[in-house]
Amino acid sequence: MLRMPPFTVLNPSTVDEAMEQMLAAAGEARWLAGGTDINPNLKHRLLEPQALIALEGVGELRGVSVNEKGWLRLGAMTTLTEVAEHAQIQAQWPALAQAASLVSGPQLRNMGTIGGNVMLDTRCQWYNQTHFWRKSLGYCMKKDGTECHVIKGGSKCVAAASNDTAPALMTLDAEIEIASGDGRARMPLAELWQADGIWNRKLSPQELLVAIHLPPTAAKHHGAYGKLRDRGSIDFPLFGIAVRLDLDDAGKIAHAALCAVALQARPWPLKKVADALCGTTPGEQDFLDAVEQVAALAAKQCRPMPNIPGDHEYRHAMVPVYTKRTLFAAAAKAGPVHHL
Amino acid sequence: MAARDQHGPGAPWGKDFHVVGHAQRKVDAMAKATGEAVYTDDIQLPGMLHAKMLRSPHAHARIVSIDTSKAEALPGVHAVLVGSELPIKYGVIPWTPDETALAVDKVRFIGDEVAAVAAVDEDTAQAAVELIEVEYEILDAILDPEQALVTPEPAIHEDRKRRDNISKHVDLSFGDVDAQVAEAAVVIEEDYEFSSNTHTAIEPHCAVAQLGADGRLTLWSATQITHYVHRAIARVLELHPARVRVVQPCLGGAFGGKSDPFSLEFVVSKLAMKTGRPVKMLWTREEVFYAHRGRHAMKMHYRTTATANGMITGVDAKLLIDGGSYSSFGLVTTYYSGQLLTGPYDFPNYRFDSTRVFTNKPPCGPKRGHGSVQPRFAFEVQLDEVAHRLGIDPIEIRRRNFLGDHTTTVNGQRITSNGFLECLDAVEKASGWKERHGKMPFGRGLGVAGSMYISGTNYPIYPNKMPQAGIQIKVDRSGLVTVFTGGNDIGQGSNSMVAYLVAEELGIRPRDVRVVAADTDLCPVDLGAYSSRVTFMVGNAAIDAARKLRKQITESVASHWATAPSEVRMINGVVIDLQDPDRTMSQREAFHLAEEAHDTLGSTGSYNTPTLGGDYRGGSIGASPAYSFTAHIAEVEVDPETGRITVDKVWVAHDCGRALNPTIVAGQIEGSTYMGAGEVVLEEHTMNRFGLHQGPSLLDYRIPTSLDTPDIEAHMVESIDPEGPYGAKEAGEGPLHSTIPAIANAVHDAVGIRLRTLPFHPSKVLRALAEQKPAQEVQA
Ligand SMILES: Cc1cc2nc3c(=O)[nH]c(=O)nc-3n(C[C@H](O)[C@H](O)[C@H](O)COP(=O)(O)OP(=O)(O)OC[C@H]3O[C@@H](n4cnc5c(N)ncnc54)[C@H](O)[C@@H]3O)c2cc1C
Repeated sequence: MLRMPPFTVLNPSTVDEAMEQMLAAAGEARWLAGGTDINPNLKHRLLEPQALIALEGVGELRGVSVNEKGWLRLGAMTTLTEVAEHAQIQAQWPALAQAASLVSGPQLRNMGTIGGNVMLDTRCQWYNQTHFWRKSLGYCMKKDGTECHVIKGGSKCVAAASNDTAPALMTLDAEIEIASGDGRARMPLAELWQADGIWNRKLSPQELLVAIHLPPTAAKHHGAYGKLRDRGSIDFPLFGIAVRLDLDDAGKIAHAALCAVALQARPWPLKKVADALCGTTPGEQDFLDAVEQVAALAAKQCRPMPNIPGDHEYRHAMVPVYTKRTLFAAAAKAGPVHHL
Repeated sequence: MAARDQHGPGAPWGKDFHVVGHAQRKVDAMAKATGEAVYTDDIQLPGMLHAKMLRSPHAHARIVSIDTSKAEALPGVHAVLVGSELPIKYGVIPWTPDETALAVDKVRFIGDEVAAVAAVDEDTAQAAVELIEVEYEILDAILDPEQALVTPEPAIHEDRKRRDNISKHVDLSFGDVDAQVAEAAVVIEEDYEFSSNTHTAIEPHCAVAQLGADGRLTLWSATQITHYVHRAIARVLELHPARVRVVQPCLGGAFGGKSDPFSLEFVVSKLAMKTGRPVKMLWTREEVFYAHRGRHAMKMHYRTTATANGMITGVDAKLLIDGGSYSSFGLVTTYYSGQLLTGPYDFPNYRFDSTRVFTNKPPCGPKRGHGSVQPRFAFEVQLDEVAHRLGIDPIEIRRRNFLGDHTTTVNGQRITSNGFLECLDAVEKASGWKERHGKMPFGRGLGVAGSMYISGTNYPIYPNKMPQAGIQIKVDRSGLVTVFTGGNDIGQGSNSMVAYLVAEELGIRPRDVRVVAADTDLCPVDLGAYSSRVTFMVGNAAIDAARKLRKQITESVASHWATAPSEVRMINGVVIDLQDPDRTMSQREAFHLAEEAHDTLGSTGSYNTPTLGGDYRGGSIGASPAYSFTAHIAEVEVDPETGRITVDKVWVAHDCGRALNPTIVAGQIEGSTYMGAGEVVLEEHTMNRFGLHQGPSLLDYRIPTSLDTPDIEAHMVESIDPEGPYGAKEAGEGPLHSTIPAIANAVHDAVGIRLRTLPFHPSKVLRALAEQKPAQEVQA
């Protein structure tokens, strides 16, 4: 078996205690949630912290609740299984439940958390490899090296955001609650990301995601998630797309949003693309026409690169197909869209 | 001497079998289910050290110098080992020894073993490995087999007689294939490609060695060939073989991936000798991908000629085989790539020209269906093309060309029992072929394919006239029977098979048989678990040994009862006088009587093949005492928008001779079919442009999960082979072969495209569909 690097594990029980430990470690500690991303990365020597601060015992990070205004609060330590199987989430925030249900396989969803999924490290075939492999390669710019092997001579790391729930959360206008040395803050999830595969978040590794807040959805909210992957389980997305359609009383689309993932460093909101859908009526010809138009626009805006494994041209060919299928699934209150 | 002369396929007591043919628990099932079973990595010895390997980061390089001083100075390090300490070459095939335990002068692929460290724990050993300094002179790497064919320099192996990169070339011709072309009603000539894939046994390779106070070396290893490892260890470590003991503990799958002697076996042995401590090495999953020995990539050109009735008149093949960096079984692979295609159909004329080349990649070797899965794919797709061109039903064309039983193939292989037609009938009926083939909506299709495989061969790897398999039986006064077999149980159930056969033959229950296996100090030689030889050969040896014992027991009881031995019957541990069924005794009492009469009880049995094969160089490679036959029908759904192929269902009928334990046979048929299906739609063992493995992990190397596995319906055809143990033949490898072309042919039925390059990634499907469209428009 690949060996873990040495580290100590700290077990705080409150957010304050956790923050104290993090600050005391002076940049040498990392958060440990379900461990399903960080453990393999530790074995691959993608990071070598002196300490892991386990969030398991921090009560405030747990729990799913809906407040009187209809906002959903997901503690960062809520497992993906809980999110996927939660009846109210399935009904009111369906794209999120669907995306969570397609992460990896059942065992990893039982351990993996929503917080860890949002904070997932970006992925690349030249990066998510053992130390021996990366050393043989001469490393890459994301870790220990200077070159990018995805785009020859590229000066920016293009490792891909690969977290399935991020695009769903984005279409649902999620906000994130952060604890840091300066106290608490709340910000739209859409503002978290930066276009850098080395570190695709504007927060430092020392800041703590406490909870995710989702505004209530419209009475006639439709949502779905579509995911391309090789196998029926386990695999990270080769392309993922979340869809939101809010209908008005007349059944026309009043608001639409699309967001893709597994392309480049950030989850990729398809701004404007969705506008073509507004005013159309699912089930009617205008909707079908708009879907075609949206699919074509999505194919233009989403340009998969040979960063994650698999044939990137094929991934590109699947952008319009999965976009269309996910739109139809949302319209039909079905989904997720997945090859099984 | 050979057991084949001594018993037929019938039941030993009367006409019914009491153990064989019934579902039986595996002898190790409970131990495995409860976690009690001891695998190699479970072995913990006092004072044991842990070893780690330094591997080459270059695909092709000369080693200029190695400095181990820093590693040796690290506290906790007991020994560092480099190639010059183990310079003797080995290889599973004695004619092509081109491996050393650690690289001596050159490294030949990324991951090649260079040095090893034994230390107090794995972390210390790994830290020391990183302190070893190696200076390399980098050489051009050859990654493409076509390039290897035409590039003699740099030679990947420089000290061979041939100074080029050709590992093996075989060119054999039977009849005259070229003469058939002019006469043929149809000639199909196409190129096919098979990508490499690997075994992915769940247990990684692991070995533990200990040098005893008596100067004897014991090696526990996750191997499927204890006997060959025994020979290789003695040779490379320059030890007398009588002072080397090799033991195979419980094994977590092999599929051919553990049938070479591996670097770690020599390394832990040498480190144990150097340090005087037991030493263990467990490979990581990544290291298993580098050890590989998996399916060879092949580029195959086939030309089939046929009459208007669909009778094959000639098959001409040219194959380029990518061997990777070492020979391994390559000599055999190269022969198998042609020799094993000559059934279940009659080829009046046949030629194959196979070349295996060296490339700077992990070495290929035998994977389930060694050497013959790739040509089978190409030919069965081509046969489908012939059928299609002639408008003949694909099952019908296979029936028409049936080779028959008790006959000889064009290349001189003796065929005994042959249940191929029954296999075709079974899958045709079960799948609803007649009503559904060619008649389903666009996107859904059925495809058929057939195949044959060996039940071991008469080629013993190193020339010798001794038996291929031996058995010893000890009978205890307690009533327990202990059977000693050199056979390697790799999860296929060979130990259980031995217990069933001995129990059947002695009329006792399998639970009263203990099997001691794969321990070279204790067990008679068996050559190992490869070429689907164990059931046939070890099974025959077991019957041979048990039958001798049975004779002693029945005679002793008969004389005690003053009756004829033929009147004594043993059933489920009870001995009965057929003349007087009230007169009974327990097996234990019978054993006591026999021991009184014959002294300490015990017997040996053995098996050797008859002389087989064509009378030409290489004619015995692939010559089997009995062949198994298989037919598959696959049902697929092709999504024309995504190109994804979903294999919904596979019907498979396999002629395994007598199914000794139908449950295990069904498991082998299903497992083979599952593995074949993965090779069609998912698996690809490839190196990137740097010669680095594309993704040496179980995340990136995609084997099917349970959700990706088709529904499999296994049928058994029991042709009852005259020479098999109670009529049994192989079941572990044959049922993989035709899975692949059946799926390919089903894709054609579904959407009209011929895919000839594996694996069938959806992008290839989309490309073929796009090419097909304009062609259809032109036709219309
Ligand atoms: C084989 C395999 C397949 C996978 N397939 C998928 C897939 O299909 N789709 C997918 O999206 N993911 C996949 N994953 C990744 C992972 O399982 C999930 O993303 C999971 O949600 C990660 O959550 P976790 O709790 O295990 O995170 P951890 O591994 O504990 O943490 C992940 C990262 O987030 C940080 N972190 C965790 N919690 C917080 C917090 N509260 N505040 C700030 N930082 C935090 C950690 O420090 C770490 O850097 C897969 C993983 C494996 C091993």
